[in-house]
Amino acid sequence: MSERGSIIYLEGVTVDFDGFKALLNLNFIVDYRELRVVIGPNGAGKTTLLDVISGKVKPVAGRVVFGKDTDLIGLREHEIATLGIGRKFQTPSVYSNLSVWENLDLSLKRTSKGVFATLVSKPDRAEIEKIASTLETIGLAEKADDRAGALSHGEKQWLEIGMVLLQDPALLLIDEPVAGMTDRETEQTGLLLQSLADRRSIIVIEHDMEFVRQIARTVTVLHEGTVLCEGPVEKVQADPRVVEIYLGRQKEADAAAAR
Amino acid sequence: MGSKINNERERGEGLAFWLTGFLLLVIMPLLNVLPGPDSWLHVSDFALNRFGKFLAFGILALGLDLIWGYTGILSLGHGVFFGLGAYAVGMHLMLTIGTESVYGSMLPDFMVWNQVKALPFFWKPFYSFWFAVAAAILLPTLFAAIFGFLTFRSRIKGVYFAIITQALALSAWLVFNRNDTNLGGTNGLTDFKQVLGFRLSDPGTQRTLYVLTVLSLGAAHLLCRWITRSRTGKVLVAIRDSEQRVLFSGYSPGNYKLFVFVVSGALAGLAGALYVPQVGIITPAQIGVLPSLEMVIWVAVGGRGTLIGAVVGAVGVNWARSILTSSFPDLWPFFLGGLFIAVVLLIPDGLVGLWRRALAWWRGLGRQTAIPEPEGKG
Repeated sequence: MSERGSIIYLEGVTVDFDGFKALLNLNFIVDYRELRVVIGPNGAGKTTLLDVISGKVKPVAGRVVFGKDTDLIGLREHEIATLGIGRKFQTPSVYSNLSVWENLDLSLKRTSKGVFATLVSKPDRAEIEKIASTLETIGLAEKADDRAGALSHGEKQWLEIGMVLLQDPALLLIDEPVAGMTDRETEQTGLLLQSLADRRSIIVIEHDMEFVRQIARTVTVLHEGTVLCEGPVEKVQADPRVVEIYLGRQKEADAAAAR
Repeated sequence: MGSKINNERERGEGLAFWLTGFLLLVIMPLLNVLPGPDSWLHVSDFALNRFGKFLAFGILALGLDLIWGYTGILSLGHGVFFGLGAYAVGMHLMLTIGTESVYGSMLPDFMVWNQVKALPFFWKPFYSFWFAVAAAILLPTLFAAIFGFLTFRSRIKGVYFAIITQALALSAWLVFNRNDTNLGGTNGLTDFKQVLGFRLSDPGTQRTLYVLTVLSLGAAHLLCRWITRSRTGKVLVAIRDSEQRVLFSGYSPGNYKLFVFVVSGALAGLAGALYVPQVGIITPAQIGVLPSLEMVIWVAVGGRGTLIGAVVGAVGVNWARSILTSSFPDLWPFFLGGLFIAVVLLIPDGLVGLWRRALAWWRGLGRQTAIPEPEGKG
């Protein structure tokens, strides 16, 4: 742990899916204002890691601590979200039948998100300004009144990023943000994420190594539910064990293709 | 901030609301009272009474639309909430028959028949009219709250929720059918004579009940409109579109579902309370699995996800039913099934969706405009 302390601290976390250990005695720490990229082959436990932090999956052992001393184990998803952990899913999940504006409006951080508070709440000026500026950030200002279901794939991804941003999370969990994006969209997304890391901590799961090189400062490699190695991109890429698990898979795939 | 199409729609709906209200509340009763029975403008007592029944169903359809059309949760058990409201008022009406009954006893006829000697304890509070009316709303509200709390807390959703609510309808039917439940068994509650001293056979009483039904429908519509246009209403649609996103945005979808389920249960109870004195009978056959399914079909036909569609569907399907069952009583189930299949395949957004598309097409004749997307998917 650094002197400032960590934003998220996982110790000895094990997740068991009917005997399959998706995470095994995992230790994982992210500092304040850090942009961390998590890579690893399929089934390494990357998405499960985000599931544990956001409360979707309950570990059978271990500790998950948010900020100074908030224990996340046992909290429900919406409670964790309210604490300041935002999550962007791999496939864009937006509200297709609401307008882009309404999508953002519902996501905005509010003092209460209970049924009755929401029933009588009225939009106020500060909120409208926040939504408008987020629309600029994600480049959808022109489409505020459009049905979200009518957006392109890349636009939906950005809309969801915008929705998560309006929750004003201290920690942002992002699962494969550039899957299915064009090169230009990928680059813009990279710039967007880097600018966001100035004020908050971000954990990104990514497959696209070029994208990883563009945004990453520190990379964590997961393999079979535990951390294989951790460090700057160049160091990690040169690590023989990382080469082994990636190339090993590649060799198997080649062999399978040759058969 | 809604889209332009929505704003235009909201204005149109407001106008339609007041026009329909005027028609139902003023014109219809006037046409019942003023023109002579031979005039072609005359609305007969029978027709007005029948329409009152349809409008009571409209109240139920509004509530069902809130939970199914807006929130995307299919309930196949709304007949139960309807039945609780109907039986609560029906029990009061049974007690006001007094010695006018066939056996001349203070006890309801079916109890004399079943050799029940004293009025069961849970019947006693229903001597009070106001208790019965309050119970007609509060019983289904409370029941929906308990049932909803247990199911939504366990995160039961989709087809599992539909099956559980259908099982609920079946078990309610079984319970109400039993003679030892002391609720009239298979024959239900009927043969009512009066309410608050007014004879139910008097056209004036029925006219008043009709007006009360219209006013209740109007109030229910305003309540649902307020909910659906509020931010909570947007959360309901959001739950239908992506419950996971709602959850990870800091809302508890379970609480929202519970809220809308309870509102919809209360509206179904109100509908039942207004139905009973106008129709004069309530039996288990009206609250079981089949009627609960029919209620869903009303909403589908009218257009789910639009409040006006729910009411149009409830009135329209029941109107068609009363015409068809008088000429071809055996064909009704086939007609209903065929109607449902036709709606699902051909007009998934119901009559209101069809109307909107026709309107857009009509406007498009003059200038090229985009056809608005149907709202009620999912």
